[in-house]
Amino acid sequence: MNAPKPPPHQAYDAAFPPLEKYETMLGEAEAIHGISLWQDAWRRLRRDWVSMTSLGFLLLLGLLAIITPLLPLQSFKEQDLKRRQFLPPTLSSQIEEPIPVEAEGDVPETETRRVSLAITQFPTDSDEFRRRYGEIWENPNLLDQAMIRARLTIFGDWCLPSLCGTDHLGRDMLSRLFWGARVSLIVGVVATLVSLLIGVSYGAISGYAGGWVDDAMMRAVDVMYSVPFIFVVLFLISILSDDTVKTRLADYGIDRMVILYLVIGAIYWLTMARVVRGQIISLKNEQFVDAARTIGARGGRIVFLHLVPNVLSVVIVYLTLTIPAVMLFEAFLSFLGLGVEPPNVSWGQLANDGLKVITPIRIYWWLVVFPAIALAATLYSLNFLGDGLRDALDPRMKNR
Amino acid sequence: MIEFLVKRFFWLLLTLWIVYTFSFFLMWKVAPEGANLSERKFPPEIQANLDRYYGLDKPLIERYFLQFGKALTLDFGPSMKLMDLHSSQLIRQGLPISISLGALALSFAMLLGFSTGIVSALWRQSLLDVGFRLLATLGIAVPNFVLAGFAIILFVFILKWFPAAGWGRPIDLVLPALCLAAPFAAYIARLTRTGMLEVLGQDYIRTAYAKGLMPRVVVLRHAFRGAILPVVSYLGPATAGILTGSLVLERIFFIPGLGTHFIEAITQKDHPVSLAVVMIYTLLLFTMNTLVDLSYGLIDPRVKLNK
Repeated sequence: MNAPKPPPHQAYDAAFPPLEKYETMLGEAEAIHGISLWQDAWRRLRRDWVSMTSLGFLLLLGLLAIITPLLPLQSFKEQDLKRRQFLPPTLSSQIEEPIPVEAEGDVPETETRRVSLAITQFPTDSDEFRRRYGEIWENPNLLDQAMIRARLTIFGDWCLPSLCGTDHLGRDMLSRLFWGARVSLIVGVVATLVSLLIGVSYGAISGYAGGWVDDAMMRAVDVMYSVPFIFVVLFLISILSDDTVKTRLADYGIDRMVILYLVIGAIYWLTMARVVRGQIISLKNEQFVDAARTIGARGGRIVFLHLVPNVLSVVIVYLTLTIPAVMLFEAFLSFLGLGVEPPNVSWGQLANDGLKVITPIRIYWWLVVFPAIALAATLYSLNFLGDGLRDALDPRMKNR
Repeated sequence: MIEFLVKRFFWLLLTLWIVYTFSFFLMWKVAPEGANLSERKFPPEIQANLDRYYGLDKPLIERYFLQFGKALTLDFGPSMKLMDLHSSQLIRQGLPISISLGALALSFAMLLGFSTGIVSALWRQSLLDVGFRLLATLGIAVPNFVLAGFAIILFVFILKWFPAAGWGRPIDLVLPALCLAAPFAAYIARLTRTGMLEVLGQDYIRTAYAKGLMPRVVVLRHAFRGAILPVVSYLGPATAGILTGSLVLERIFFIPGLGTHFIEAITQKDHPVSLAVVMIYTLLLFTMNTLVDLSYGLIDPRVKLNK
């Protein structure tokens, strides 16, 4: 009966499973990979071919917009009223140019010449070079300059034919579409980011503060919902583009584009603020917030470092649905002549230019159809991607 | 109900006051001369007369109280650009046109949206459904002025169904209203389809079928009513959108509505007129939002207006 007592260390050995078991357990634990919300969503999004096609298209579009200076496009602003007005889409990069031959009768001889910017034949510091260089691009920044140089070394004088025709001033539609893509996309993205910044901060602060602060802030949003902002915006932009005001603003580095970003951003944040507030209210009594508070985190830190990252999925879905709305709004402003200013172009402005020359006599279809296709395809993709993301990030769909 | 309306009326007054004050100071601070700043230089006496006529000789604050008092009696002052025309005359001219255009567009949007939405939901995944959904996405993605351009090319120039831009006969309103309605019809169709699909799977619909009601009655009386709540809440933003869209379409189709006057007024800094139009639109939008909130209670008896 009296079994000899095991030495103390052996008692521990008996009480605990052997070391190998821990090792296998550790191995098992390592083999299991947790799936985060984002991985799960990405897995689901990948299976949805509509969303993936949209995503691919948007990425391609963004890439093309960035490397536009590298592409052998014609000048987007060089006008040619004599020879190239309303040319229909063509595959040939040759144009007929009448060259005045020494008078042999009155009929001018014509001779075929290549469309070319003919820039490489001038020394880089000559005025002629600067003039033609300036026609390729408007205010190029350093990266653009590098790309234009690379383009000139790769393609030399050669440039693409007017695949999409030319407009009423003889400018090449294709290069205007590319240039417009840069402007339209950047307005859409930056203005949405501005609205995001305002909406998320406003909603998060309001939801986290609660009490009368929340009440007051949300009442203010309610009031603003009933304000026809479009009119205030039109009004604001028309006033701010007054010449005297414009020069004053230009001193602060504010031009039409910056005004557009701020003004459009300032009216699209209302829904964002409401959505974020709702989410924050449902999250702010969770334990991780209490934990953060016990170790002494302040309100601002809790809101922006702990709570806001948790509502990101909602924010991203809303973002993809706001960008098309903003791009439409920019098109609308451009239509009214209050959008981006020449020589900048945007798709909305191109479509508007096309609409202006619709007459019963001749229909220059390429001036309406190509901008419309560009705009519609982008907005389509953004809408589809937004819907797909919403489904993919829906927690009810988890692990399905 | 009464309490709700009284509260809403109070908020309406507050909103109108805020919009008025904000716009007033914005416009007069940034462009103090208004439309009086013209290329022609008047002799000082005439200039002084003009200033007195428009009240420009007084300091801004004093003018604010004076004109606010007048605005309370719906008098926004004479137009600064169109001589001898009072802003209320312009509104009396333009408002009925804009309202009929907007109302027609809203009815088109609801008619088209509801019918295609119901058809889509009933024959789910059929060719008709897929076609309608593609059209609906197109309607959402294409700006309405581009749509108007295509519509003009197709219906006016090629098919010659509608007259080109003009004003006077009822037929002139149809094409603009259709173009204006398109995006909203598309959105309503989408919302109706989702709502119907959700409702059609529920027990009370099966019960209705089981007790032998006609399919038409089940769909239109039982299911439809449950399905349109999201659509009703969309009508508030839709009204705002239609007001915005009518600015563009009035311009394309040369309709002398309020939107046309507004665009002209703001580009020419005709402050009294633009202020008056902004106030009218605020009033319209607020009324529509209130009506939408009221109709929740009518459609869904579970909704209580005073939380």
